[in-house]
Amino acid sequence: MPRLTVDDLKKIKEEYKAALTLREGGARVKVTVHMGTCGIAAGARKVMEALLEEMGKSGVKDVIVTTSGCAGLCSREPMATVEVINESPVKYVQLDGEKIRRILREHVIDGKAVEEYALVMGSETAY
Amino acid sequence: MENYRVSIMLCGGTGCTAAGSLKIRQTLKDEIKSRGLSSEINILLTACNGFCAQGPVMIVYPDKVFYQKVSMADVPIIVEEHLIKGRPVERLMYKEPVKKLPLPGIQDIPFFNLQVLRALRNKGMIDPEKIDEYIARDGYQAAAKALTEMTPERIIHEIKMSGLRGRGGAGIPTGIKWEICAKADSDSKYIICNRSTIEVEPHIVIEGMIIGAKAIGAHKGYVYVRTGYPIVIHRLNIAITEAREYGLLGENILGTGFDFDIELAKSADEFVCGEETALLMSIESKRGMPNPRPPYPVEKGLWDEPTVINTVETFANIPQIILQGAEWYRSVGTEKSPGTKIFTLSGPLNNTGLIEVPMGISLSSIINDIGGGMEKGRRLKAVQVGGSTGGYIPEHLLDVPVTYEDVTKLGAIVGSGGIAVMSDLNCMVSAAKFVFEFASDESCGKCPPCRLGTKVLLDKLKGITEGRGEEGDIEVMEDLALEVKETSLCGLGQTAMNPVLSSIRYFREEYDSHIRDLWCKAGVCRDLCTFFIEGEKCKGCGACARACPRKAISGEKKQPHRIDQALCIQCRSCYETCKFGSIGIGPRSMREELLCVQTEAAGREE
Repeated sequence: MPRLTVDDLKKIKEEYKAALTLREGGARVKVTVHMGTCGIAAGARKVMEALLEEMGKSGVKDVIVTTSGCAGLCSREPMATVEVINESPVKYVQLDGEKIRRILREHVIDGKAVEEYALVMGSETAY
Repeated sequence: MENYRVSIMLCGGTGCTAAGSLKIRQTLKDEIKSRGLSSEINILLTACNGFCAQGPVMIVYPDKVFYQKVSMADVPIIVEEHLIKGRPVERLMYKEPVKKLPLPGIQDIPFFNLQVLRALRNKGMIDPEKIDEYIARDGYQAAAKALTEMTPERIIHEIKMSGLRGRGGAGIPTGIKWEICAKADSDSKYIICNRSTIEVEPHIVIEGMIIGAKAIGAHKGYVYVRTGYPIVIHRLNIAITEAREYGLLGENILGTGFDFDIELAKSADEFVCGEETALLMSIESKRGMPNPRPPYPVEKGLWDEPTVINTVETFANIPQIILQGAEWYRSVGTEKSPGTKIFTLSGPLNNTGLIEVPMGISLSSIINDIGGGMEKGRRLKAVQVGGSTGGYIPEHLLDVPVTYEDVTKLGAIVGSGGIAVMSDLNCMVSAAKFVFEFASDESCGKCPPCRLGTKVLLDKLKGITEGRGEEGDIEVMEDLALEVKETSLCGLGQTAMNPVLSSIRYFREEYDSHIRDLWCKAGVCRDLCTFFIEGEKCKGCGACARACPRKAISGEKKQPHRIDQALCIQCRSCYETCKFGSIGIGPRSMREELLCVQTEAAGREE
């Protein structure tokens, strides 16, 4: 990794936003499995494993899977956020391996959110 | 608040009222009354939800179902299907315009819409182990600006103008602290971050420290971490390595000629080392014990050099203040307590977790709106504000705005930002006792007021909870606690007195009950309670008998059950299991009486 200049910071920001943003011809869906201490204690690692395994089985390609720190609603962990291009992100709560597999099949691949596992939709920050 | 099963918030804002929400309220009240549900369902009129186009608006808690355009004809259907049968009426629920999902939106749910994310602006959005994601969300822009466009004086000026107060507990204005250290004359200054538990992103700590280092003229920083948080340490190590590789830490940062590097200093998980002078001793590899101040660390700190110590949350606010300015920072919060504060909301609430709210928000809004109110079946008794050594705020004072000044007036502290809700299942005397178990254990022992005071108060409270309380104990404890608070060397001894003082102030009747009547009404102090079943209320379902670890409960199906006082260990499992409120908690004296009755009855049966 090279030592950065101030301009490099701006370049990385633009490149990364392009890579992480859902766009035509790029990734269609982004799934974030939240992994703060609360999430991990509640079983987020197993949820992540199940998700990756199911993704491998299904062969789906245009999906970004990522993680984050604590999402703030610690009492409902494990949590995951599914964002499909041009739609509001959906926050899923109290997940386990079974539920995330179903979410992958029904929401990520078939485009129909699994309402019974979802808490809310939308983004907490404007940008 | 009564033990309502359901709370319905009807919007009483102008828009909804014009659309008929008051008539809806009346219709709802009548329908609920006619179905015999008045004691279970509470109806409240709220202020404008902001969703005027979809009024009348109705939110059903604790389910958080958002109904829109409710008509009078809809009311009986909602009551029948949702409130009685538990099936929300989808047809009436809020649907997001983009996609037809009958899910509530973030903007409609108080847990989310009452928060203002600043330090936590990247919550749930970036991988804490990838520096590029932090940079993608404006990471290190503030450090770049501070290093290339601002002088130390300018940086300090901005922080001073923002009014940011140290978020570690004491609330010292950060700008002033930095200014004093900047003026100190030394080649070796230090900047230290106390605590590292900000799991959203470790980089924000690094960036805040770079800016602080430039402001005061330090080239070495430490993050003081507890060994009991391995995930945090792991992520911080990765972050520091990544930052160094990018040249954001080390020599000649971003080509500006400014040198600054950070090291982790690991603690042995001692509570007292949160006190800044004890923390310094710990980093110097000495036993963590506080020292008298003055001199303050900003003048004579780590290895006697000028040192700024701030907590992680303070550093997390710095980058945004540099980028957006002091006025932006002051746009939320109050005059004397500007900005936002992170709180940890815990207890038997419907929503618990990590929240960031504007200073000045009322405690009741935090508990009822963000927290979603008490869990079913629990009644709020007190809220401990400030952490394990915070004070208790009783239910009738819940409207207090959460600011440094207002909270202190009531005998609590903002402290570490802990807000712990206590219910009818908590005993305030026992809670105060527990604090002394903790404090006397963690006391470093250096100063007699804390070393001896915490132990004496622990013994006194133990006695009271075990039935050895005496008339006059309360006054003795109060006097002693006030003395210890005034004379202790550090915050440990001082704040450890808050729970006992505030519980005596607001819950004196519980102390009286323990001392005079030998009665713990919450059923916590096992020596001071008797559990019995009230025959008229008991439905004979047997749930308590199954929950009892001593098999002390017997009875025929659908007949009132009995508790065998000879076997009962007062564990309270039956009380917590019973859904009909048929288990009573009486004083200790009741045990002998019931035992007599029990023995006599057994004798007659033979």
